[in-house]
Amino acid sequence: MSQSIINDCSITVATVNGSGSQSANNILLKTLFRMGIPVGAKNLFPSNIQGLPTWYTIRVNKNGFTARKRDLDICVALNPATWSDDLKSVKKGGVMIYNSEYPLTSGLRDDLLFYPVPFKKLAEENFTEVKLRKLLTNMIYVGVLTELLGIDVDVLKTVVNDSFASKQKVVESNFKAIQVGIEYAKANIKKTDPYRVEKMDQNKNKIVIDGNTAAALGCVYGGCSFVSWYPITPSSSLCEATIDYFEELRVDPATGKKNFAVVQAEDELAALGMALGAGWAGARAMTATSGPGISLMAEFTGFVYFTEIPAVIFDIQRVGPSTGLPTRTAQGDIESTHRLSHGDKQHPLLLPANPVECFDFAQSAFDLADRLQTPVFVMSDLDLGMNQWVSDKFKPSDKPLDRGKVLDAAGLSKAGTFGRYRDVDGDGICYRTLPGTDHPMASYFVRGSGHNEDAKYTEKADDYARLMDRLKKKYATAKNYVPKSVTQLDSGAKVGILAYGSTDLVIPEVRELLKAQGLKTSYLRLRALPFGDEVTQFFKDHDRVYIVEQNRDGQMDRIVRLEIGELSLKAKSVAYTDGLPLDAHTVVEKILSKEKGQA
Amino acid sequence: MSTTTTPTAAAPSTNSIGLNKNDYKGGPSTLCIGCGHDSITNHIITSFYELGINPHMVAKMSGIGCSSKTPAYFMSRAHGFNSVHGRMPSVSTGAKVANRNLNLIAVSGDGDTASIGLGQFSHLIRRNLDMVYIVENNGVYGLTKGQFSATADKNSKLKYGAVNPFEQIDICELAITLGCGFVARSFSGDPKQLVPLIKAAVSHKGTAIIDCISPCVTFNNHEGSTRSYLAVKEKDEPLHEIGYVHGAPEIRVDYPEGSVQEVELADGSIITLKKLDRDFNPTDKLAALNLIETSKREGLLLTGLFYVNTTNADLTQTLTLTDTPLAQLKDSDLRPGTDKLSKILKSFE
Repeated sequence: MSQSIINDCSITVATVNGSGSQSANNILLKTLFRMGIPVGAKNLFPSNIQGLPTWYTIRVNKNGFTARKRDLDICVALNPATWSDDLKSVKKGGVMIYNSEYPLTSGLRDDLLFYPVPFKKLAEENFTEVKLRKLLTNMIYVGVLTELLGIDVDVLKTVVNDSFASKQKVVESNFKAIQVGIEYAKANIKKTDPYRVEKMDQNKNKIVIDGNTAAALGCVYGGCSFVSWYPITPSSSLCEATIDYFEELRVDPATGKKNFAVVQAEDELAALGMALGAGWAGARAMTATSGPGISLMAEFTGFVYFTEIPAVIFDIQRVGPSTGLPTRTAQGDIESTHRLSHGDKQHPLLLPANPVECFDFAQSAFDLADRLQTPVFVMSDLDLGMNQWVSDKFKPSDKPLDRGKVLDAAGLSKAGTFGRYRDVDGDGICYRTLPGTDHPMASYFVRGSGHNEDAKYTEKADDYARLMDRLKKKYATAKNYVPKSVTQLDSGAKVGILAYGSTDLVIPEVRELLKAQGLKTSYLRLRALPFGDEVTQFFKDHDRVYIVEQNRDGQMDRIVRLEIGELSLKAKSVAYTDGLPLDAHTVVEKILSKEKGQA
Repeated sequence: MSTTTTPTAAAPSTNSIGLNKNDYKGGPSTLCIGCGHDSITNHIITSFYELGINPHMVAKMSGIGCSSKTPAYFMSRAHGFNSVHGRMPSVSTGAKVANRNLNLIAVSGDGDTASIGLGQFSHLIRRNLDMVYIVENNGVYGLTKGQFSATADKNSKLKYGAVNPFEQIDICELAITLGCGFVARSFSGDPKQLVPLIKAAVSHKGTAIIDCISPCVTFNNHEGSTRSYLAVKEKDEPLHEIGYVHGAPEIRVDYPEGSVQEVELADGSIITLKKLDRDFNPTDKLAALNLIETSKREGLLLTGLFYVNTTNADLTQTLTLTDTPLAQLKDSDLRPGTDKLSKILKSFE
């Protein structure tokens, strides 16, 4: 056996969806996490309920680089349909653990190690219940990996216990299956690969969570009281988690009455319509969707922009139109969402990069929407929203909710005068009243583009031009409220990297690999649009800035270029998407090939 | 401090909450003179005045079209929302759920409801949102100058000879089929029927649909249909080019229950209205549908309260909403506290 490689490998389980492998994979991930090892996981699943290929990849890395790795070290091949592709995906010297009962036709590679396991036979010998056999096959591979990698069995036991908390019988049968795998590997597999895991202490006070669950908690703690939605992957789990936490946290135990409302709409048009109706009436309202839903929301978004009603919209981005790759990730809605709808407009976008920011930005999005009286988009994606991430814990804001410029009856009396669209404070943001306010000056009439400062109907050229100028001013004001960019400078670095959202996960590894090749880089992570002067400064401070993102067209690259004037000559787009979360080597290769031209 | 006053009869010029009718008025109408929609506006004002509803607790909702402009012409003290074409029901749903104390009165048109808005209309009824929904139905797109709407009769003709080859959507039959608990039809110029219907609709807990035939004095010409509204006598004149709208006197009717009334419209054409008998039982869905269809075959446009069902839960009840409007919940009602979050996060360790 060659020298051990400790806490540095990438493992994929290839199976078919609907086979119940999800809990086995989660148990595997959670165990590695509780062993204190930096770990990341990507679930690659089809748009289907049962029978199509699915892959679950776990990256273990002692240095904390947990983005997807392009080349696999270990593959658990349980799907004969993808066998030949799976065989190709493992790097030289890697391991194939496979079901020895499948008639595998294509030739085996001679540069890999093969560990055959008769999964079906083991299940049949150990479990009498047919339904259970299939499910527990998954736990058998957990056992095999446990033995081969040296996973801590005591930690594994705690995870299995917690996973099936209330059902002792289930815990027992699952652990029995794991034990079957362990024993089989001990007796039959001669380990000749180098991969092993060992306990570390990197995950103290951390959790394993997906971004949608984090965002759902952020909505609850951000004071959201109204959700309207239409189911669409990958955003549905955000709304479903929100419903669960609402039911847990916002129901009066005495009366059973609810401090929230959730309405499943007939489509995304209605979903946004409901949210803005609720926002107009004074509730904190949100809707969540993905690309196709965003397209349907285009009409209302323009209307909300002009009528200045708060709304929070989550876009959990995915690959383009439906059918085919809707369950794959992308950052493909940035440009279209930033300028969604007809007429002149720009919308603030929040760009969370990890579960903590999913929570924080969800929470603050409601303050922002109320403060700015405009639709605020939170741009997550499938990778961030649906995959399990190791994360710091979330801290709710200790500031009171910011309800923005709302005048109640007393406020109106004090002001003495009221015009819904008057820029009293000079920041482009006007005061509003809510329906039901008992004051003779309170009421106004909402309508699209034709309104003057007093919300009266107008078609006058001056009125419209003034309105448009003020809305532009308001967008500029938004810079003071949205999250600022985060910068990591490397002294002497002439090259910068700019990224945002889930792309952040791969950047530390990219920078490390570039550094190993002699290229020092600084890093700026955009956290929102509009961005402040720090972005201009970053371009001033560097000769070139590579804008890395997960789309084809370099969407953020184009937005940034427009804002930074002459400095845009320094912007270089590194845009790539194939539906999979970015891996470091792909980014490094693209940057180095562009660097060649610079020398 | 309290004072004792001798009860006196309310002055005739104020209602039960001490407001006079002017307190229910809106801005000046910009619709064509004689438009049926303006009559409906007046009947809405009368209804809310007589019911003694405080205008500031009213939310006036509309979509896009001539009809949808009208909320600006009544109850200026109420907030109004002139939304997006065919999407008023969703905005209304959000507004009512956010503040359950608001009284929602919606005005829509046949295009806004039965064409672009048919989906939202249907789902509004399905959810039984507590609101009054008046369709000012003239069978034509007025604001875009005279195209067919989905409520136009089959085989009726447009001004330039185009024939409508498609089946008509009957808003009342549709609403009844969808389970709406209050479905009525009336005529814009019939205050004796329409005002009590609007008042009953306001009192109904749930979606109340009033399909109100409202003649377009400018753009309709459905010859031989049950609704023939051609308002321009000089048939060859291309109205949208000369841009002249001559208007017409308001059409008023007054006829007893159970009777038939012919109405001469601005162009001289006739529609025949039939008012439901007083002893009609509006709790029988099938009877209502049967009667509407039978009348149609006889060339009669049946009016009256077709169907009532007060047993369905409205949306705020279905959602088990707290008594305080969601919009008025305080930080302490909305944020569950750090300890609860810590406990939740513990489960992700």
